[in-house]
Amino acid sequence: MNARVWIGFWMLLQTTPLAAQGFAGLGADADGFAIPHPGAVLEFPADHGAHPDYRIEWWYLTATLKGDDGDPYGVQWTLFRSALRPDDGTGWQTPQLWMGHAAVTTRDQHHVAERLARGGIGQAGVTASPFAAWIDDWEMKAHPDTGISELTLSARGETFRYELALSAKGPLVLHGDQGYSVKSADGQASYYYSQPAYDVSGTLFLPDGPVEVTGQGWLDREWSTQPLSPDQTGWDWFSLSFDSGARMMGFQLRDSGAGYTSATWIGPDGQSQSFSDGALDVRPLKTERVSGRDIPMRWRVSLPDQGLDVEVAALNLNSWMDTSFPYWEGPVTISGSHSGQGYLEMTGYD
Amino acid sequence: MQLATLVLGLALATGLWSAVQAINTQARENYAEAAERLGINRFATLSSPSGPIAVDTYVRIRRAGWQVSPVLEGRIGLAGRSFTLLGVDVLTYPMEIAPQADEADVSPADVLTAPGRLFAHPDTIRNTEQAALPVPLVTSDRVPRGIVMTDIGTAERLLDRPGQISRMLVLASQPRDLPPLSDIVPTLKLTAPRAGDDLSRLTDSFHLNLTAFGLLSFAVGLFIVHGTAGLAFEQRRGMVRTLRALGVPLGLVMRLLMVELGILALVAGGLGLVLGYVVAAALLPDVAATLRGLYGAPVSGSLRLQPEWFASGIGMSLAGALAAGTHALWQVRRLPILTAPGQHSSGLASETAFRRQAQAGVAMMLFGLSCPWLLGGLVSGFVLLAGLMLGAALMLPLALSRVLSLIENRAQGALAEWFWADLRSQLPGLSLALMALLLALATNIGVGTMVSSFRLTFGGWLDQRLASELYITARSNEEGRRIESWLSDGQADAVLPIRHAETWIVNQPARIYGIVDHATYRDNWPLIASLPSVWDRVADGTGILINEQLARRGDLWPGDSVTPAAGWTMTIAGVYSDYGNPDGQAIVSLPLLLSRFDGVPARQFGVRISPDRAPMLKDALLRNFDLPASAIANQAEIKDRSIAVFEKTFVVTGALNVLTLGVASFAILTSLLTLWTMRLPQLAPLWALGLTRRKLARLELLRSVVLAGVTGLLALPLGLALAWVLLAVINVESFGWRLPMHLFPLDWLRLWLLALCAGAIAAALPARRLNRMPPSALLKVFADER
Repeated sequence: MNARVWIGFWMLLQTTPLAAQGFAGLGADADGFAIPHPGAVLEFPADHGAHPDYRIEWWYLTATLKGDDGDPYGVQWTLFRSALRPDDGTGWQTPQLWMGHAAVTTRDQHHVAERLARGGIGQAGVTASPFAAWIDDWEMKAHPDTGISELTLSARGETFRYELALSAKGPLVLHGDQGYSVKSADGQASYYYSQPAYDVSGTLFLPDGPVEVTGQGWLDREWSTQPLSPDQTGWDWFSLSFDSGARMMGFQLRDSGAGYTSATWIGPDGQSQSFSDGALDVRPLKTERVSGRDIPMRWRVSLPDQGLDVEVAALNLNSWMDTSFPYWEGPVTISGSHSGQGYLEMTGYD
Repeated sequence: MQLATLVLGLALATGLWSAVQAINTQARENYAEAAERLGINRFATLSSPSGPIAVDTYVRIRRAGWQVSPVLEGRIGLAGRSFTLLGVDVLTYPMEIAPQADEADVSPADVLTAPGRLFAHPDTIRNTEQAALPVPLVTSDRVPRGIVMTDIGTAERLLDRPGQISRMLVLASQPRDLPPLSDIVPTLKLTAPRAGDDLSRLTDSFHLNLTAFGLLSFAVGLFIVHGTAGLAFEQRRGMVRTLRALGVPLGLVMRLLMVELGILALVAGGLGLVLGYVVAAALLPDVAATLRGLYGAPVSGSLRLQPEWFASGIGMSLAGALAAGTHALWQVRRLPILTAPGQHSSGLASETAFRRQAQAGVAMMLFGLSCPWLLGGLVSGFVLLAGLMLGAALMLPLALSRVLSLIENRAQGALAEWFWADLRSQLPGLSLALMALLLALATNIGVGTMVSSFRLTFGGWLDQRLASELYITARSNEEGRRIESWLSDGQADAVLPIRHAETWIVNQPARIYGIVDHATYRDNWPLIASLPSVWDRVADGTGILINEQLARRGDLWPGDSVTPAAGWTMTIAGVYSDYGNPDGQAIVSLPLLLSRFDGVPARQFGVRISPDRAPMLKDALLRNFDLPASAIANQAEIKDRSIAVFEKTFVVTGALNVLTLGVASFAILTSLLTLWTMRLPQLAPLWALGLTRRKLARLELLRSVVLAGVTGLLALPLGLALAWVLLAVINVESFGWRLPMHLFPLDWLRLWLLALCAGAIAAALPARRLNRMPPSALLKVFADER
């Protein structure tokens, strides 16, 4: 394992059960990091920016797109922040580390790139107002005075590049209890909000040439210090946009028992309703061999309270993120009681 | 006896050759590994001709999309020694420096946040030294030997160079559609990945030196084998003749002899490899120390052997035996079945052969001499050396023959005339051994002269260069300033700041120092060429001093202009000698340096104080500023350490020297033994004429001593020529400096006596045999004649 993998691994370890094994429950933030509390009120635009006193944080954008060639495409742009200590520091002395993941998925290709950077020198970071998140030349940037509702998005790797414009068509959605999102029965939690309703347009530059695309984008913002419980082994996370105009965010945290689920139903008007553990039911229908692992590629997802009972299937089985810490992330199609598209992320299948 | 000399000769030759090869291979492998680890040969680098690069520049390149990784390099004192500290951004550096995760308990937070961690190869810093380090050390065999690596954040703290970057590696994988680097950072210089690495180029001369020595040893060894193989076949002549007479085909006899020689070569080669291993293992620590001290080259002190090494050793042994045996086999082939054993004097026939040899020798010398003018460079220096040595060796028999016939003409009395004439007639048989002796003696004189000249010059130079009584290195600029102001406040006679910036001069990395105007420099600094009032020119900022290395490489001398940094041209006011430093260096006045470079560290200075007060001042400094003992070095310590490095440099040369001389006298012994059987028929008549065996034995001894003595005298001019080539050609090419040649006649005398001894010892055995020979054996010679 080289130094990059080692550090990338460690950064993501913070969000996986592996590191959690070493944690002694909630008291683990004795290192001086802040921990989320219920009842806290999120404030914007300040909370669009970084929270260096929390251990981990991410700006996670996924988009399901359609090309002018009629083909479906998926785009991912993610910036992770991970703090070694709860302070900012300057120059190389900063304890803040940043990691970027970018991907473009087609029916038969999956292009991935990764970037690592130190905070404090300007190579990577996030400013709240005007909003900008960047690592190297990858950038998610807002027009001045628009919060995060008008964004431009760019990234490139060896084989791909994209330049997209995003325009929000609905309000921010606060998950859980006003943004306080519980992750386990033990009470581990994070702050979590989304902008699930971007209209997206732009250009993907792929090995076969440029493709003009339009579609839907979804931004997740989450920060925490210790989001998982020791016995949780991984998660399956869904962001689904239905043709009806409704949306749903749902996740399952797997553990030795029944697991822990949580969901947010977002109506076509942007009004949201949170569902706590047990309301959402997700179960794998079919696994496939991907990169030497058995990973579920078809899911049955049901939220009876909203009359949802759908099958979710991967667009491209090989949407494997072969990054420092590998995981599966890619666009999905929805069929059943509702139809539409979405994104699926699965971790912890080793 | 014969078997023993054959095997021993071949084993010695193979042994010395293999030892040198083992050492060279080990060192080269270490360089290659280091270069690989440092990414020098895999990645292009970006550097600034005007000094360090700012972090903002790095971020600008990154934000344009280019994948580059910053490196901050400097020297750091750890555990009483000086190391290259390489600070890298562990997030973007393309190679691993931390050990396998399961080998050491070190977390990213340990590495990336203060105090950080140092990484070094287990050979570089021993466990026992780790307690004294300012930052915890993690041993990792992923770090090249001899250097210390760390995160760039830790490096900038330890080196007190915040926000500075020495260079950037341009990573192999780059995103698509990037703007050209020259548009983003037009002032930075992009250097393509280097095919060879710096270290191996820098140390090529050293290894070429060793290889030359190895080949010389092998050649001398071959002389022995040639002599012994000749002896072996000589003694077999009777048997071969008998076999042939009995009808055994010549081809079969030849094949059998070849097989025998092959088996012997294998046995000897095996022994030689063992010997080579022992010699290499004994010398390697010194070689490693030399390479580290002179070039900062990371070489392991322990030996790791490759299969190729075995193959090459055995191969050399076989080839050597074949080469040496061919002549003898050829003679067997031409052997007439019915002719009596030879006892003819080949004097006249050989005179022509000598002349032909000498002509070839002159041609080789001329070729060698013309080489530096035609080719230039280090290799031509060695060609010159080889031409001189081999040419002289080829001319030796003729020269000896002439000298002896001169003496012969003046000789009085029948015995004396016979002695000298006989001596001359023995030359063909002994000439190879004598050539070996000549080469060994000349090498000894040449290398000895170089080493001694070096030592003398270097000692004097150190006295001049290290004029200050104390040398202080503070831990930070701030501490440096405090110490300086304390010292200036009447504690010392003078404080001389030692401040420098890294730059590029004449397309190579160089260090530029700023000095204050002080008598210490005017009185002591060792200038080898200068303009009038050189120090005034430096003081008023109109002149720059450069070191000899830079002057010779760039052919820059006082009065010429030089560009110490982009857009800054200076007139060279003087050139100073700067031994023991492979890099370029320059000196300007301190205000000028500070006006040209930002962030010049102010941590080092020299202190002038009367020598008897120096120890007290050192104590006071250590106490008042709570400095580690390693922060202050006094002049004597530095001198000792510097001289120690140079002594190590020549330990290897010295050892090989002695071995070569030993091998050469062994060659004389085997030649004499070979001649033994032919000798008896020549001596028997003298015995019959009334010379006692004792007298004959004494003459035999004298013969050998005279030949060794004359060869020794002839070796002197050759040795001096060799010394001159080493000092004025090889040294300049490999180190960049030229040394004045000093002569040491006493050493020559000692060596000459040694040569006489070698001659006497070599002849002792045959002489003793003769002395003890029963008269019947001598009589038998006449009986056999009939």
